[in-house]
Amino acid sequence: MTTTRRLLGLGALGLLPAAVLGVFFLLPVSGMVARGLVVDGSFEPGAVLEVLTRPRTGRVVWFTVWSSAVATLVAVLLGLPAAYSLHRLEWTGRRVVRACLLVPFVLPTVVVGVAFRQLIGESGPLGPLALDGTAWAILAGLVFFNVSVVIRVVGSAWESLDSRPGEAAAALGASPAQVFRTVTWPALRPAVVSAASVVFLFCATGFGVVLVLGGLAFSTVETEIYLLTTDLLDLQAAAALSLVQLVAVTGLLVLAGRLRAVPDPTVRRTTAPPRRPRRGDLAPLGATALLLLAIATPVLSLVVGSFREALPGGGSTWSLENYRALTGQGDNQALLVPVADALVTSIRVAVDATWMALLLGGLLAVLLTRRSRSRTERRVRSVLDGLFMLPLGVSAVTLGFGFLITLDEPPLDLRDSPLLIPLAQALVALPLVVRTLVPVLAGVDDRLRQAAASLGAGPVRALLTVDLPVVWRPLLASGGFAFAVSLGEFGATSFLARPDAPTLPVVIFRLIGHPGRLNYGMALAACVVLAATTALVMLAVERLRVPSLGAL
Amino acid sequence: MTLTIRDLSVAYDDVPAVRGVSLEVPDGSVLAVLGPSGCGKSTLLRGVAGLEQATGSVAWDGEDVTRLPTHRRGFALMFQDGQLFDHLTVGRNVGYALRLRSRGRAARATEHARVEELLALVGLEGYADRLPRTLSGGERQRVALARSLAHQPRLLLLDEPLSALDAGLRRHLAGELREILTRAGTTALMVTHDHEEAFSVADRLAVMREGRLVQEGPIDEVWRSPVDAGTALFLGYARVLEGDAARRVLAAAGAPAAAAVAVRRSAVVVDERGPLEGEVRSIRSTPQLQRLVVAVDGLGDLDAVAPLDHRTSPGDRVRLGVDVTRVAALAGD
Amino acid sequence: MRRTAFLPTLKPALATTLGALLLSSCSLVGSGDDDGSATDAGGAEPGAAEAGGTVVLVTHDSFSLPKKLIKDFEADTGYDLELRSNGDAGSLTSQLVLNAENPLGDVAFGVDNTFGGRALEGGVFTAYDGELPPGVEDFALPGDDEGALVPVDNGDVCVNVDLDWFEREGIAPPEDLDDLLDPAYEDLFVTSGATTSSPGFAFLLATIAEFGSDWQGYWEDLLANGAKVVRGWEDAYFVDFTAGGGDGDRPIVLSYDSSPAFTTDGEGGTTTGALLQTCFEQVEYVGALAGAENPEGAQAVIAWMLSEEVQAALPESMYVFPVREGVELPEDWARFAPRPEEPLAVDPADIEANRDTWLREWQDLVSR
Repeated sequence: MTTTRRLLGLGALGLLPAAVLGVFFLLPVSGMVARGLVVDGSFEPGAVLEVLTRPRTGRVVWFTVWSSAVATLVAVLLGLPAAYSLHRLEWTGRRVVRACLLVPFVLPTVVVGVAFRQLIGESGPLGPLALDGTAWAILAGLVFFNVSVVIRVVGSAWESLDSRPGEAAAALGASPAQVFRTVTWPALRPAVVSAASVVFLFCATGFGVVLVLGGLAFSTVETEIYLLTTDLLDLQAAAALSLVQLVAVTGLLVLAGRLRAVPDPTVRRTTAPPRRPRRGDLAPLGATALLLLAIATPVLSLVVGSFREALPGGGSTWSLENYRALTGQGDNQALLVPVADALVTSIRVAVDATWMALLLGGLLAVLLTRRSRSRTERRVRSVLDGLFMLPLGVSAVTLGFGFLITLDEPPLDLRDSPLLIPLAQALVALPLVVRTLVPVLAGVDDRLRQAAASLGAGPVRALLTVDLPVVWRPLLASGGFAFAVSLGEFGATSFLARPDAPTLPVVIFRLIGHPGRLNYGMALAACVVLAATTALVMLAVERLRVPSLGAL
Repeated sequence: MTLTIRDLSVAYDDVPAVRGVSLEVPDGSVLAVLGPSGCGKSTLLRGVAGLEQATGSVAWDGEDVTRLPTHRRGFALMFQDGQLFDHLTVGRNVGYALRLRSRGRAARATEHARVEELLALVGLEGYADRLPRTLSGGERQRVALARSLAHQPRLLLLDEPLSALDAGLRRHLAGELREILTRAGTTALMVTHDHEEAFSVADRLAVMREGRLVQEGPIDEVWRSPVDAGTALFLGYARVLEGDAARRVLAAAGAPAAAAVAVRRSAVVVDERGPLEGEVRSIRSTPQLQRLVVAVDGLGDLDAVAPLDHRTSPGDRVRLGVDVTRVAALAGD
Repeated sequence: MRRTAFLPTLKPALATTLGALLLSSCSLVGSGDDDGSATDAGGAEPGAAEAGGTVVLVTHDSFSLPKKLIKDFEADTGYDLELRSNGDAGSLTSQLVLNAENPLGDVAFGVDNTFGGRALEGGVFTAYDGELPPGVEDFALPGDDEGALVPVDNGDVCVNVDLDWFEREGIAPPEDLDDLLDPAYEDLFVTSGATTSSPGFAFLLATIAEFGSDWQGYWEDLLANGAKVVRGWEDAYFVDFTAGGGDGDRPIVLSYDSSPAFTTDGEGGTTTGALLQTCFEQVEYVGALAGAENPEGAQAVIAWMLSEEVQAALPESMYVFPVREGVELPEDWARFAPRPEEPLAVDPADIEANRDTWLREWQDLVSR
């Protein structure tokens, strides 16, 4: 009786996320893949198999896998010391740095790509390294965009990690490196694997970065699907590659699930305040400084560029002209709406996407971390866990086209629903939210919930008393992330946005798509506005304090 | 081979927690630092271990280790709640420090043997493959102790090693701890707020209050002559009497007069020939004796004891004597 | 002092801002102001279109026209114009074809002559029955016999050169496609990719129009002479081109015939020029979608796009030339953007038949 009720309760919890995923992901993607598999009304997988045997397909898949794997590894290696420095150590300005680190995440790929290329291009300051158009440039770009994921996901797990087991190890004679390897790493591993799997998926489906920085010599599965779908309308080949993506992502998720598994997921959490750096912290601090420098350089070149005004006949001078031009439509018709309006649209959409992602992600995380009472229950949980990661691993083009061909009949005629843009963005942000919350919630000792229940707390009250205080900060962190994802999202938005209500990235894209030095300068200025908005919002989120919930 | 602490101070955000503490722990001895919660004793221990930034100096056998990081000091710290590594089995927890120091197959065999030996020492044979979360509180502390002893540290630092346990277990383990430390010949510095624990484990005692060391010496010496009223109460004396009351109690005990006197609960004994007299307020029987509260004429309420066969009831008047070995004369403030 | 005085005011300000954001920013709830009327009108009975109603214009992400023109259209015709954007020109066409049976709107703008064949083949459009203003007919898509695709604007993709750079270096700039193979111009040319950008594909078509079946040989030589292929037009123009603002080092770039109008030197000249013998003409079309809910509205939108007002606004809004005769151009355009007399062209049916092969062969060439 109680078991049935418990399962029904859990089922109800999962209903909303499952429905959203079903309608806005599974239906469109399967619709699109079906178009490739079904030719003239009959099921013909032969053509798809033929695509898979093409040597080009093999090359493309191989490049995607290795470039994503290497980029993920590098992002983790660079991200760990930074996560430590930014979340465990106390120093002036770390909040600001933490907020700013999310900036790369929201910058439009095209503009960053252009800024990057100005640094590494033939005549750029890093020109002698001859990186432009190489796989190294792609890797650098992928790391630039994704290292903040590692820092944020790992950092929020590290932040609340009890420092005493590490001290116990040190007191037994373990050097800092040994402490890290034997005590800290096992506790961090679930978070690191989570971050790495998300980064890998972002890299594997990263689209603009590869094209801008790698030129045309490199193709990934994602760029190939884009070409096949939009230019060639070769739906069979596109379906074949989408299937490859699905299979590969599923494999990756199974692997990640294995790597995340630990004998005892319970983690003792403390709210130990970060401490001042010591001499032994010089190495991670130095590594962090280098990373920050590497990230800041392209961003700074954007900022500098936004304050330069081109003079007729060549040369340029310091000026605020680019920003002045942004405020009105002026004579520049490329701006259909003033940038301020676009910013407001962006923020409105981002707020919607954020609450959607937090709502769905929160429900899911709770569902995934309740203790399983049977093997079947555990299976169902792990399948669900993976299912919601899928949207990250599947081509935005497949999804976007799928929206249009499947959601076109009542009652699901949602093609022009205002829901679509924030929902599409929320689906992208959802895995980040889930991956940030699950390790933390799983670390809560179930006995605390039982204690709350034994004191008369209902499930909701127990959640508020036990889980919410622990999960509050990660929830904020992932909310910030969702917000940033939404602010910067371009792929899905460009498919779905209304031209008279563009988001800021769409405006930037439009500006940079036309000749004229003012257009370019305005695009840079708009990027700075986007970056500054992101940083400010993140800073505000960081300043929100946990209300005292312990007394509930 | 002596731990020498000179003028050690630790501050958290400019609020001093330990103020200028100097101590010595000779080779093979166990020193207990006793003090109430928040007196800075755990911080002192962390300072010695190198887990807090401290001023002053810590030296072992004349070698200054103040600048050395924790893991190079060769000390082991056992935490109040054990701090076992939850992701490792009991055996791997105990063998942790050994694995840090050596690798290879031979080392593995040595480690295995040593782990078994240590588990036997703490009475946990056959526990090697269990995970810490399946252990009881007492078992966890024993594992923590075995883990701290594994690499034969030159100094063992014990942070309230038994305080998380229930009373019976605590008394039992305290005795064992004493025996294990003696048998292993370990030099140890222990902090605790429980004087019983300190008495049963340590050779010497130091009393700390508000970050300062107020008294230090062999246990019986500290015990016999606490330096002030606060120390006396903390050492388990039941009451401190001053002025006229102190004079009368001391006179009753046949001791020289002093400004104040600390009285243990068993210091006042029902004795028909005793110099004091009062009215019994309450009686409580324990297995060994009866505990009384007596309103002594002109002194107020005092604790007293009587043999089990002494029959009395509340409201009766009794005569009382004072056992001179159970009172301590204190200098006035 | 300043700092302490600043902080207390900052915190309430932050809180207020956040609160306001949270309250006001729900795009689902708060979107009533500008399309409330559209929703009301959208509920009108089918067939009552003459009395108003919504007409949905599907277009690509570069679509832009002054708000005033849109308001005028709505006032004059009684329709509410709803814009829906679906990616770039290529994906727009693909989406129209995929949704041919259940169209995305009433009328579509942005299919160009490189994708027109696909749209016709897919039966996406239905004929326009209004009058074509003078000059428009000249740009009709070859093979479009029933006049389903109505030309709106055109522009030419041409190789551009940095005239200042060549003057400084004392080298004569190239003039045609063959010149680009000259060792004198080694490592000086940058173009965007045919698979990743619409002008890039147009340039590939230009070489196919010029060299026929030997286009692959031309490209091999072009790449051997150090031509650089980057992703998009913006990469080529803003990063690699010497006159694009990014201080690049290649003075020859693939761009448009209108581009020189944006590099004026403030002294009555322009610092760049388009090579008029290298141009491939791009024409953008508007068309009424077959099976539209509001066919009358679709016809009205087409007529409006051909009106003098819209045609005159095209250069400054979308950086293209109007197709209607006698429409005045902006001054800089008229002076600095001469048009090619006989741009290169490839038959749309050929493009549709060979796009796949050409793009694959081209991709193999550049990624070799």
